[in-house]
Amino acid sequence: MATMTDPPRESFRLSMLIYDTRYRSLTIQVIALFAFMLLVAWIISNTVQNLAGLGKEVEFGFFGEPASYDINQRLLEYTSRDTHLRASFIGLLNTLVVAILGCITATVIGVFVGVARLSRNWLIARIMTVYVEMFRNVPVLLWIVFAMAILIESLPSPRAFRGEDAPQSLILNDSVAITNRGVYVPEALFSRSLGDVRLFGESSVRFDVSLDLIVIIAVLAASVFVFRRIRAWAERVQNETGNRPTTWHFQIAVLVVPTVILLAALGFHLGKPELKGFNFAGGTHLRNSLIALWIALSLYTAAFIAEIVRGGILAISKGQTEAAGSLGLRPNRIMSLVILPQALRVIIPPLISNYLNLTKNSSLAIAVGYLDITGTLGGITLNQTGRELECILLLMLIYLFISLSISVGMNIYNKRVALVER
Amino acid sequence: MKKSVFYGAIAAAVVLGGAAGAATLDDVKARGNLNCGVSTGLVGFAAPDASGNWEGFDVAVCRAVAAAVLGDPQAVEFIPTTGKTRFTALASGEVDMLARNTTWTFSRDTDLKLDFIGVNYYDGQGFMVPKALGVTSAKDLDGATVCIQTGTTTELNLADFFRVNNISYEPVPIETNAEAQQQYLAEACDVYTTDASGLAATRAAFESPGDHVILPEIISKEPLGPVVRHGDNEWGDIVRWTLNALISAEELGITSANVGELAGGTNNPEINRMLGTEGTLGDMIGLDAEWAQRAIMAEGNYGEIFEKNIGENTPVGLARGLNAQYTDGGLIYSPPFR
Repeated sequence: MATMTDPPRESFRLSMLIYDTRYRSLTIQVIALFAFMLLVAWIISNTVQNLAGLGKEVEFGFFGEPASYDINQRLLEYTSRDTHLRASFIGLLNTLVVAILGCITATVIGVFVGVARLSRNWLIARIMTVYVEMFRNVPVLLWIVFAMAILIESLPSPRAFRGEDAPQSLILNDSVAITNRGVYVPEALFSRSLGDVRLFGESSVRFDVSLDLIVIIAVLAASVFVFRRIRAWAERVQNETGNRPTTWHFQIAVLVVPTVILLAALGFHLGKPELKGFNFAGGTHLRNSLIALWIALSLYTAAFIAEIVRGGILAISKGQTEAAGSLGLRPNRIMSLVILPQALRVIIPPLISNYLNLTKNSSLAIAVGYLDITGTLGGITLNQTGRELECILLLMLIYLFISLSISVGMNIYNKRVALVER
Repeated sequence: MKKSVFYGAIAAAVVLGGAAGAATLDDVKARGNLNCGVSTGLVGFAAPDASGNWEGFDVAVCRAVAAAVLGDPQAVEFIPTTGKTRFTALASGEVDMLARNTTWTFSRDTDLKLDFIGVNYYDGQGFMVPKALGVTSAKDLDGATVCIQTGTTTELNLADFFRVNNISYEPVPIETNAEAQQQYLAEACDVYTTDASGLAATRAAFESPGDHVILPEIISKEPLGPVVRHGDNEWGDIVRWTLNALISAEELGITSANVGELAGGTNNPEINRMLGTEGTLGDMIGLDAEWAQRAIMAEGNYGEIFEKNIGENTPVGLARGLNAQYTDGGLIYSPPFR
């Protein structure tokens, strides 16, 4: 009778860390991690040491000092007496404005071009190919500068609008002026305004919110709610009786009448731009720098989005189109009801990274004098205070935060449209 | 064992980091050329000519320093810097000195840890407008669009000027002088503002300079001068006294033409001390006896440099004004060589 014994337990020896394949990879990883940490520690200590040697300690007190410079485009009120923190905040909002505008436009153009590139019409498909290849293969900085140069050189200056027989005049019923300093469009004014409410007191992130806007949004939301209730009621009646009651005139009235009454009560009117002194006064001034940056970033990113959309559509098997066609759907509806909803699942993940790219590319804004966060915090503030390290570190953190926020938001959306597998 | 290696590495890093700062003179000598930060291109002050050689009022200072230290006025590497990059370039050691129409201010001198070694041009901020606008005073500029280089003191002066006079304006921030020129000429801005000398230089490059006027108001004091890093006083002394040698040379009548002859010895002891035939001034700043001779020989004395690059007979056409010798009623004044 044989006795079963356990194999002798091998005692652990130090050399096994290298010679035993079970431990070797672990050893290498530990060493690599250690070397990496050593490198980071060296860089940090070197930086701190050098800065101390120069007598420049890392500190953020300068954010409370007056910025002393002006910013032309600002969504909130700001004067040169405000702090560097306020100036950075204004810059941050400018970054977000161009990023949001750019993402929306790039998506619209991108989807259109991506679909059109698959068109059976030879000319349309080729034109879109040329567009995509042109924009994808030239650095975006050049497109930005190019767009700015075109705006500056080809459009008339405000001086051309002056005088009795001026060579230029305002378009659209004398309400829009297109100049080489930007486009002036009418602005909404309220003669019986409810005023503003100020958030965050006197701090650097203070924020004036127009009560007029809040009331208008509230009324519109209520209208939409009632509109939906009417539609739901019509559905119910249709399901019960088979006859759908005529509701379209109620629905339009619910949407339009309360808002119109509210606008009249607030004394709504348009403030048109007028030539005054050197420039147009009144109206909203969309500056050249914003327009150039917006156009260039949108067109550039749209070229990438177009390719993603095209790829997404091609990923849906042809059988889907044929099945939908055999059900009697027309090509437009096949695209919007069958193909695109499925293609979205393929499209969205790479789309996220293009949104991130656009946002990060917006830091090229200073090339056309658009004061975004890089221009204020990473540009003028950095230069006037000489706090390179602090400013750049903060700038990197801010971009990281913006990018991660976009990423999280889009990933949530992605989860919602993703194929639910059971 | 492992711990001590770690601490050893940290200590080595600290020592290496600490050693990086000092002794610019040795670095320059070892390298064999001087890295000089200049503007990205401003006619008369610093701009490459048709064959790519840098020339100008600021460039001449670099060449004089290179001649004094290395014996060769051509041993200069010119590194163009923008208003935004110049201080970082200097602080990081990318350039040994800045000669780039940089305004001497309190905070730059102290907080930025730089040393202004003197003033080579007394300037002030002005405004340039097209003649067609009919503007005669900067106070008429209410509502105007103003092109301005970012990262400069002019930006701050401008905000203060319009604020104090209670008039509004629309700033258009611009990165370089060339872009500003383009926008100004396309009438995307009504006014261009920078130092008056820079305006004159920019206007000189226009196709028809006569169509543009520089308004009479000078809204700030802008003493421009070469800059070195704070903490290397030996190097600062060399640059400071090279500039002073150029200024003294004009006062004493030493020119690039007669410096060779005067170096043979004169009966003026100050000239002799400066040119190294008497005393040991060169030794005191770690250079040889002929350092000042070479500096003057490089591009001439202060007056010659001024006339050749930005004087009244050049396209820039600046009068000496505040930048005349103190003996002629200006502010240019060098401490004695003694």
